Amino acid sequence: MSNPMKENQITTDPSKPAQRMRAGSLRIAALPWVIAGLALLVMPFVFNDNSAITIMNQMAITIIFALAYNMLLGQGGMLSFGHAVYAGVGGFACMHVMASTDFFEMLPLPVLPIFGGLFGMGLAMIVGSFSTRSAGTVFAMISLGVGELIAACSVIIVAFFGGEEGISGDRTYGMPFFGIEFLHQIEVYYLIAFWLMVSALLMYLFSRTPIGRMANAVRDNPERAEFLGYSSRWVRYYSFIFSGFFAGIAGGLFAINYEIVTEENLNTASSGVILLVTFLGGVGFFFGPIIGAIAFTLLQTVLSLQTDLWAFYAGVLFLATVMFFPGGLAGLLMMHVPAIKMGRASKLVVPYITTLIPALIGILGLSALVEMTFHVRHSSVGDEEMTVFWTTFDSHDILPWAVAIGVTVVAFAVMRMMLPTLRAAWADANATKANTSNGGAA
Amino acid sequence: MDLVLVNLIDGLVTGLLLFMLSAGLTLIFSMMGVLNFAHASFYMLGAYFAYQISIALGFWMGLLIAPLIVGVIGAGVERYGLRRVHQYGHVPELIFTFGLALLIEELVQFIWGRNQMPYQIPDVLNFTAFAISGNSIPAYKVFMIFISVAIFIGLLYVLTKTRVGMIIQAALSYPRTVEALGHNVPLIFMGVFGVGTALAGVAGVIAGPVLGTFPGMAFVLGSIVFVTIVIGGLGSLWGALVASLLIGWITTFAKSYNIRMEDILNGIGISTPENLSDSMFRDIWAVTSPQIADILPYILMVLILIFRPYGLFGNRDA
Repeated sequence: MSNPMKENQITTDPSKPAQRMRAGSLRIAALPWVIAGLALLVMPFVFNDNSAITIMNQMAITIIFALAYNMLLGQGGMLSFGHAVYAGVGGFACMHVMASTDFFEMLPLPVLPIFGGLFGMGLAMIVGSFSTRSAGTVFAMISLGVGELIAACSVIIVAFFGGEEGISGDRTYGMPFFGIEFLHQIEVYYLIAFWLMVSALLMYLFSRTPIGRMANAVRDNPERAEFLGYSSRWVRYYSFIFSGFFAGIAGGLFAINYEIVTEENLNTASSGVILLVTFLGGVGFFFGPIIGAIAFTLLQTVLSLQTDLWAFYAGVLFLATVMFFPGGLAGLLMMHVPAIKMGRASKLVVPYITTLIPALIGILGLSALVEMTFHVRHSSVGDEEMTVFWTTFDSHDILPWAVAIGVTVVAFAVMRMMLPTLRAAWADANATKANTSNGGAA
Repeated sequence: MDLVLVNLIDGLVTGLLLFMLSAGLTLIFSMMGVLNFAHASFYMLGAYFAYQISIALGFWMGLLIAPLIVGVIGAGVERYGLRRVHQYGHVPELIFTFGLALLIEELVQFIWGRNQMPYQIPDVLNFTAFAISGNSIPAYKVFMIFISVAIFIGLLYVLTKTRVGMIIQAALSYPRTVEALGHNVPLIFMGVFGVGTALAGVAGVIAGPVLGTFPGMAFVLGSIVFVTIVIGGLGSLWGALVASLLIGWITTFAKSYNIRMEDILNGIGISTPENLSDSMFRDIWAVTSPQIADILPYILMVLILIFRPYGLFGNRDA
């Protein structure tokens, strides 16, 4: 902790949502990977019902896709609005392999995602050859245009994309893999978990190779990278095709898991979702998209069971993230590392509790108000009864409104009152470093 | 020949409508260097506000008030949202507007629901203006053309002939110098953003009754608007006009003439394969121009970006 260089590597400077780590060596800390692998092995025993495994499968696929997306956005500084295309095409390719029975019978299912990856990579090689010439707006617009084009083609070119109903297949026709035919969800889970570990590790290693490091350099200052003798265009191109490869792997796993791929897998909406997931998790750190994918999938599956308005809440959360925490959830977590390293993190616990609990209550009160407004406006005439937070009441009565408004206002007032204490505690815990204390507590 | 004339008018209406959106967007782009993904959402807000106002006060008050409200909201978004995100850089700004577009769509669904609103053409304009060999041209289309042209002329006048316009133009190119001369540049930016979104609001008000007022309307038009200003050249008002008209006419003509890919391929000397139904490319042979009318602008944009990245009229690399 006395080494200033070491401390500078972890930054929360929002203007540089960058990956900060020691450059050069490919040696990596094994511990996080071992823990992650063990967690993946144990998870199905902890949450062993079928719906939980379905959610975890979806989560793992989203993690791979989001990590692949972050190779562009976080590490390469390229904002893509059409990245679902590469995952979707990978999925379609895998589905066609599944459909060609003779070939598929000689192919163990766990190998199948490679085909998705190769197809995603192939498409990325074609598109990247002209789209990676520059980053920024031109790249974003080409990605949007190509995304819309291919999504539109999926309805026109029925032979490959199957039109509006998409194409479906059966994963169990593959060659049995050590006697496993992948009839059960749990077997598919381990297949996906295996690919998750492999692709995450490969993507991490990629970010540590010279080309991965150059991607960061090109993102931050393409001109200077060119002066050093690197072609920023080729650096971007390599990031792009590898990102396409891993997106295709995610698409292939999607095809295996759901046994159907449709136009929805590659349209602009899916591309938007993956941007949302990645940014929510934080583009500045390698593990950011992982957190984002877990949080978003939980939000999507759990919240959508509770309320029709989950997309609205997700939108608010996303916008709040962009405005106040551009580092995302990962940035928020990593902000605490200096305090922990100095052993002062305990000073933050009490102020956090006293501030965050009122804030949470306030947010819940606000969402209750939103739900009540929605109910008053959209429920059928005569239906005046609604349930929010396990309480059933008449949404046209004055009392529930008074309670909800009261709770919200009081909770936010308490939070405001507590905020200076938290700020002071934050400044105290990070006393020696002025650069990390700004805005952290807001 | 008569059909050509009708299509020309239809394409002109579509093109001018696109122009009203792209004019504001391209101004905002040249100001902040960022594409506003939520621009079409302001167009949608314009339609919804106008519908709500037209219930109480009639269509004309809607046309007057709704764009003002939209402009104020737009200015607020610039002041309290974008200006905050600006410090983080361009990519977060783009992502912010993208998130805003999502949120506005959800918000509209929250307030007005998912169904189409019964927003109607006013009775005064609900008649046939003239007919071209049996194809009637509604008066409302003529009205749309007049409004758009009037706005274009007004915008051009303000930007090139008035003092305010000069300051805006100067602020777009050399913000620091203009600031040093004592002008409040952030205020100018906020104003331009407000006017740009208000223009989108006007487009929404007059397009709502024809194209339908529903939560997906922003999404339908949104990406086409970017395509327009990218083709026209980012930041160029004339480019936006030309590209809007080009896209309007291309899509209209592609939809009304059923050109088949088979005919084109035969025309350039490729004969139809014998067993077409087994061919891998059978879908490509069967493509017709109405099918691909809506993606033609994207093809055009990708080609433009590859071969002339600064667009038709643009003078700088984006």
